[in-house]
Amino acid sequence: MIQNMLESTPSYLQTGGFFLVGVAMLMVVLGFVTYAILAERKVLGFMQLRHGPNRVGGRFGLLQTVADILKLLLKEDTIPRDADRPLFIIAPVIAFAPAFLVIAVLPLTERISFANIGVGLLYYIAISGITTIGILAGGWASNNKYALLGSMRSAAQMISYEIPLVMSVIGIVLLTGSLNLNDIIAEQQSVAFLFKQPLAFFIFLIASVAELNRTPFDLPEAESELVAGYHVEYSGFRWAFFMLAEYVYLFAMASLTTILFLGGWQAIPYLTFIPGAVWFGLKFISVVFVMIWIRATFPRLRADQLMSFGWKVLLPLALLNIFLTTIVIELFRSF
Amino acid sequence: MIRTEEMLLNVGPQHPSTHGVFRIVLKIDGEIIKEATPVIGYLHRGTEKIAENLQYTQIIPYTDRMDYLAAMTNNYILCHAVETMMAMEIPERADYLRVIVMELGRIASHLVWFGTYLLDIGAMSPFLYAFREREAIINLLTEISGGRLTFNYMRVGGVKWDAPDGWIDKVREFVPYMREQLAGYHDLVTGNEIFMARIKGVGAYSKEDALSYSLSGANLRCTGVKWDLRKNEPYSIYDRFNFDVPVFHEGDALARYNCRMAEIEEALKIVEQAVEQFPEEGPFMAKVPRIIKPPAGETYVRIESPRGEIGCYIASKGKKEPYRLKFRRPSFYNLQILPKLLEGENISNLIAILGGIDIVLGEVDG
Amino acid sequence: MTDGKTPEELAEEKRKAVEDAKRKAAELRKEREKRNATEANPEEDLDLAKKKAVAAAKAKAAALRKKKELESSTATESPEESEESSGEEEDLDLAKKKAVAAAKAKAAALRKKKELESSTATESPEESEAPFGEKDVDLAKKKAVAAAKAKAAALKKKKESGETGVYDDKAKAAAAAKAKAAALTKKAEKESGDDDKAKAIAIAKAKAKAKAAAAAKAKGAKPKEPVVEEEKPSHNQPVLDGYVQIIRENLGEDLLEDAYINRLAKHVPTLVARKETYFKLAQFLKYNELLAFDYLSETHGTDFETHMEIYNHFYSYQNNQSVALKVKLDRNEPVIDSLTSLWEGANWPEREGYDLLGIRFKGHPNLTRIMMPDDWVGHPLRKDYEPYDVEV
Repeated sequence: MIQNMLESTPSYLQTGGFFLVGVAMLMVVLGFVTYAILAERKVLGFMQLRHGPNRVGGRFGLLQTVADILKLLLKEDTIPRDADRPLFIIAPVIAFAPAFLVIAVLPLTERISFANIGVGLLYYIAISGITTIGILAGGWASNNKYALLGSMRSAAQMISYEIPLVMSVIGIVLLTGSLNLNDIIAEQQSVAFLFKQPLAFFIFLIASVAELNRTPFDLPEAESELVAGYHVEYSGFRWAFFMLAEYVYLFAMASLTTILFLGGWQAIPYLTFIPGAVWFGLKFISVVFVMIWIRATFPRLRADQLMSFGWKVLLPLALLNIFLTTIVIELFRSF
Repeated sequence: MIRTEEMLLNVGPQHPSTHGVFRIVLKIDGEIIKEATPVIGYLHRGTEKIAENLQYTQIIPYTDRMDYLAAMTNNYILCHAVETMMAMEIPERADYLRVIVMELGRIASHLVWFGTYLLDIGAMSPFLYAFREREAIINLLTEISGGRLTFNYMRVGGVKWDAPDGWIDKVREFVPYMREQLAGYHDLVTGNEIFMARIKGVGAYSKEDALSYSLSGANLRCTGVKWDLRKNEPYSIYDRFNFDVPVFHEGDALARYNCRMAEIEEALKIVEQAVEQFPEEGPFMAKVPRIIKPPAGETYVRIESPRGEIGCYIASKGKKEPYRLKFRRPSFYNLQILPKLLEGENISNLIAILGGIDIVLGEVDG
Repeated sequence: MTDGKTPEELAEEKRKAVEDAKRKAAELRKEREKRNATEANPEEDLDLAKKKAVAAAKAKAAALRKKKELESSTATESPEESEESSGEEEDLDLAKKKAVAAAKAKAAALRKKKELESSTATESPEESEAPFGEKDVDLAKKKAVAAAKAKAAALKKKKESGETGVYDDKAKAAAAAKAKAAALTKKAEKESGDDDKAKAIAIAKAKAKAKAAAAAKAKGAKPKEPVVEEEKPSHNQPVLDGYVQIIRENLGEDLLEDAYINRLAKHVPTLVARKETYFKLAQFLKYNELLAFDYLSETHGTDFETHMEIYNHFYSYQNNQSVALKVKLDRNEPVIDSLTSLWEGANWPEREGYDLLGIRFKGHPNLTRIMMPDDWVGHPLRKDYEPYDVEV
């Protein structure tokens, strides 16, 4: 459907259609974010001997996040007097927009995908890098030292971990021969890349947690050190935008992990009667669960350890992975 | 060439990791600390001044509020000072009750430290686990004293309340339970690579520095000084128990961590033995005059609190109020070394070092 | 306390005793005024205590109960407060009742001792001069020896000790520790009075206690032979003597203002330095190889109205010994050398001393307020502190 629309001649109808589909997707993502937050709180609560939300919206707190968002909307919008006003206002938008943009290339099922572009993977990584600018701008514009430190940490971290992230998937690209995410899924018809590229998977998982600024890589907003890091001066809906960006990235990154390593919507052999959407959902949820699990388990790294880990451990390992993959591919080709 | 500029960063008095209203002004270059100036006094309540107009028994609740994580020990130091002056004999049962609650308090205090330290380092879950066990201790202490945090349990000459029926059995059951949980902590935390990397070699100082800065408690024992007043200058009935003084030699945050975790085990040993030896019968309060008037003179006694050496100086004129009361608050002394440790460290280490010293602001500020 | 309502069975005796005590106190006061009209309070107290003790000694066993009460009043109250002492006695009712038995035994011992003293009073007077260490276990003899100078020397010495500024009542306890052989009789009685109540309690308790078997024995011995026991110097006395000797040998004679055992503080050897020699002495305590007090446990100041005082508690890990170092300051001009250069740990406590008491530490790297805000007016722990409030 989307493919047809992409190929049709431009018209108001077509633009309107795109807009509506986009809004629908946004709603899906917001719905996810709402319940991802709830899930995170519930799972964390479960792991930490607590109950988590259990008042608003029944005993499972189903409407807790909705109530939180409503509260954020009603909150007074404060902008520090000495802040760089335009930048302060625009920073959350810069941070959030790329998070939503990257979803365009993610094939959620065989049917539901937006843009099936040839360089899907590259697009994802390139666009997601822009968020750093939003965070940096927000931290700088706040005119707060904690925010500045947080945003500087964020920039350093995001750039450092993008490299192993990209390097780790090169093996997959080599095996598939394409950057198109649909092709990558198709390649995993029989065996998921998790098994063909286990090293890459671990590098990717670690780097993606770092990209998401989540524990143990949550230095940019390290609560116990920098109070709240780059968004310390934000409140109300501007703050919500940063949070939204974070959770949309969680959605996107979990989806990407599913697509790259777990075979996307591909069913496990002999269980093909279950629809692809369910398979994608299951894999996706397990990735999200692992992320939350990690958050509940690990302490935070220190900035210098983070850097040396990224550059001295992950990057060489990723390069090694590429090296091994090429050798294996060559060997297979030779025989 | 990049030109960098030093800036001032004000950490606290409202900051999640300063454990209260502690403020520290940092001169930083990037994230590297050039100079650190601690500012204290935000929680100064003038306990010593207030005490000059109170009778000794009335001062006890004030001691609860100094080191509010180990209020039992604070109760004890005041009572101990007065009892030393009056050369008072304490009934055996009272002594045992005191030791049990003090050691339980020590475990609870170390648990809070463990939890909050991990929280500082960025791990949230151990905090809640530690508080589960602490809650069990608090329940025990509530049962015997009626308070959850500020117990006001001890009196000059004994304790206020006898142990309720079955209380001793509950304590007895608690010991193996706590051991089991402690093993769980070690599984979860002590073996964690990230945690080890965060604290190993951080904030190290030598034995000489530790002595010069008057450090005490785990902060001293982490440098290899085997010094525990319970062992070296036994007070109360501590000479009746068989326990070790854990000592580590590296002097870094990891050594302090290991020290405190080992101390929990030792405290459990003491509780276990105390419960076994607990006398079935007997008074829990000595016969003391209704108005306590220590003889004229002055005294200084010191005991081992969870945070180190807590001391109490009383100058008495034979009146019912002390002429001068002074507490040697271990956190106050221990915190002094902070600026020295912070020089050249980054902000992440600030948290790891400050947390490792284990301060309670109520005690720092008196 | 309900003042008039004493237990019936003791009421009569007690009233008598109180009257007696008051009468004696009055006599003593008169005598004291006559003799020491210009002396400072602490000295007066001491004198009185002594005189009372003398009187009490004369009263002997016949006046047992009375004496006991008198003693306890002398021990805890200055004679000016003897009106209050009747209340005090009631406070101590229980303790005293218990002490009665003990006191009887004690009185007998006292009498014996006194006889012994008078009989041996002429022996070797030089021993009584020896300040420390000589008081070993065969006390009876030594007491007797000391008694030679007792009557005359005691007053003089006590006066000296009073002048060295052991502040008021404390001097009694302190004096007990250091009062030399000369003051034997008086001191013995005084101390027995001092300790009576506590000891009596202790005895009662000791019996019930399993643990205290040994301790109780030691303590139980006290009332039976109080004189002998009281004579016994603190187990830390040789230690203190050692310190004093080392200090004298190395730094000269006049460094110390005083040196005694503070029995109330677990028998800690206490040195009192002169203002000028305080830093030197502290330095010596830290760096001397034999002393090696490498740990500063506590330092703080106290406002005693007549003077300021700094109290330090040092510990030597090498010798496992504590020592208290004190120094007295002029209250109007409280300036003293800082110990920060010796122990870094003295930094904040000295700032606290400056903040709360206004003591200025020379050579302190950062002598600013630490507890109170920088613009605070006054030093709250001074006894004459008046809160300053702009609003009022």
